[in-house]
Amino acid sequence: MARNARGRWLVVAIPYFWLLALFLAPFLIVFKISLSQDAIAQPPYFPTFDLSEGWDVFREAFGELSFENYGYVLSWDNEFLEAYGSSLWIAGISTLLLLMAGYPIAYAMARAPKSIRPTLLMLVILPFWTSFLIRVYAWIGILSPEGLLNQLLIALGIISPDAPLQILATDWAVYIGIVYSYLPFMILPLYSALEKMDDTLLEAAADLGCTPIAAFWKITWPLSLPGVFAGCLLCFIPAVGEFVIPDLLGGSDTLMIGKVLWTEFSVNRSWTVSSAVAVLLLLVLVVPIVFYQNVQAREVEAR
Amino acid sequence: MSTGVTATTQKTVGGIRRKFAPWNDPAAVPLIRYQNVTKRFGDFVAIDNLNLDIYEREFFALLGPSGCGKTTLMRMLAGFEEPTSGQITLAGQDLVGTPPYKRQTNMMFQSYALFPHMSVWDNIAFGLKQDGMSKDAIAARVEEMLKLVKLEKFSKRKPHQMSGGQRQRVALARSLAKRPKVLLLDEPLGALDKKLREETQFELMDIQMELGMTFLIVTHDQEEAMTVADRIAVMNHGKLIQVDQPAVIYEQPNSRYVADFVGDVNIIEARIEATGSGTSTLRAEAAGDMPLTVHQEVASRPGDTVFIAIRPEKVRVDLDPPTEQGANCLPGTVWDIGYLGDLSIYHVELANGSRIKAAKPNLTRMVERPISWDDKVWVSWSADAGVLLTS
Repeated sequence: MARNARGRWLVVAIPYFWLLALFLAPFLIVFKISLSQDAIAQPPYFPTFDLSEGWDVFREAFGELSFENYGYVLSWDNEFLEAYGSSLWIAGISTLLLLMAGYPIAYAMARAPKSIRPTLLMLVILPFWTSFLIRVYAWIGILSPEGLLNQLLIALGIISPDAPLQILATDWAVYIGIVYSYLPFMILPLYSALEKMDDTLLEAAADLGCTPIAAFWKITWPLSLPGVFAGCLLCFIPAVGEFVIPDLLGGSDTLMIGKVLWTEFSVNRSWTVSSAVAVLLLLVLVVPIVFYQNVQAREVEAR
Repeated sequence: MSTGVTATTQKTVGGIRRKFAPWNDPAAVPLIRYQNVTKRFGDFVAIDNLNLDIYEREFFALLGPSGCGKTTLMRMLAGFEEPTSGQITLAGQDLVGTPPYKRQTNMMFQSYALFPHMSVWDNIAFGLKQDGMSKDAIAARVEEMLKLVKLEKFSKRKPHQMSGGQRQRVALARSLAKRPKVLLLDEPLGALDKKLREETQFELMDIQMELGMTFLIVTHDQEEAMTVADRIAVMNHGKLIQVDQPAVIYEQPNSRYVADFVGDVNIIEARIEATGSGTSTLRAEAAGDMPLTVHQEVASRPGDTVFIAIRPEKVRVDLDPPTEQGANCLPGTVWDIGYLGDLSIYHVELANGSRIKAAKPNLTRMVERPISWDDKVWVSWSADAGVLLTS
């Protein structure tokens, strides 16, 4: 019995250890830096906790921590609040576009003959075989004024060669980039929700007088909602903090918090402010993450 | 094999009260008509040029092994399958091409197909809302249905919070709520255990009587079909083999297939020696020198091979030769005994090595039965017990 209990403890301890080492410890470090002040030093902030100078110095260092950086980030005089808002907006619109693009694909996959479903699933995952960065770079080649899209539209005579579409370096390019990159994360949870749906439910709805369209909205859609929530949150949460796509495809006026954080860290060399930005971003995202957990728990319960 | 009621099944089985028998009334107009219906899935012929009439207020059972086409036949009436050729009419209206949501049929699905995200109340109200009924009328009808299936207290539950038997009732209430012209039941009791199934069979019959509706049930369980149905259609390979009342199907099967599928049966291959004036005399290898008599004429000539079908409960087994006049009587040895509690089934080996089953009710509480393994016994049956089958 005792051995069994110890074994069980060990099994539980392993994931907790990883969470502690890979999530909680780094977070505490970032949080501590966010409470520090900038300094021209190595590392570029103070205080630093150093036990070599004795306990008293160590304790004193605590007194020098402050929430000053948070006040700076949350002030209307700076662009951070605007960047948070803009990030949430862009992520929200992108998630909506992702849902509109992903749902029909997932639906078609779930309705496809059983024999070809694994192939379709593989095709959805296939882009992961190439580096994410390279795929985003490829979109520059497609969207730029002399890029493939404009060449095609000019060749088809839809637009004149003098006025190519200006998509690159706009918010539209960011939307396209996010929708393209995150589509598998939308399709997979939707597909898994739609695929396990019992077809006889639709027969029953038809039998009771539902047209196919009514049956979709009364049966298929509500039953796929757990997948819709999962897909939306899986896309929304990382999209808010997205840095690569707005940096490569967006314009100079595309304001996203990931980009701002990067500028603060590498250009302004302010570790402390960028840490505060990161901690606040985490707080903003805790709300949808908790919501997502709740949805998942409810889905498990319903089974 | 012709479909419908054949000539041989009409003449016998006296004493059955025929209060409800529209199929015998030439003036009666069928509610459902399948006319020359064929259904192919690729090369596979699921329904083969089939004709069938079902009458209003009838409880009609489609019985057969899996893959015989009974479910396809029902799904074509619901509109989930379209016939490859032929016509299906409901109350004189041609159904072919009408989508399921416009048909006045409702189906109770084998899996129940309850909507998991809706309460019992909403499940039952679903079809009524589609019809645009007023809120009050819907509420009244749902309450009535809940009462009918005795689930008044469960209206707010979700399907996953209910037992299999309760879900079955919700499914029944939902399919009955719209008062369809025909209720289709696809193996409705298959998921219930034996006791609950038997209870529910009688409830189904009560509900059908109470509502005066036409029920069409698909089942592979012959006991279920015999219990609930006014008429049974025994199917095989997309054809109707025999369509008649349960007692006729059992006592006057028209073929070895029906005799064997419905209930237990002994089949003895025999040659005709003489046939006429209501009696046939036969010779069978299983009977040795003894001639066998069956009170039935057949169209076959002397020397032709026919089959005698005898139900085990109509075969007697005794230690002494029976004294009854005119009975068919053969000696044999008890090969095996199956004790079922209410009955014992004696497997008796005859002189030529073939076996015959005799069911004997256990009328006393004796633990030691007088007939035991390897006993020399006599099996006998009256000339009225057997049925001559030519196919």
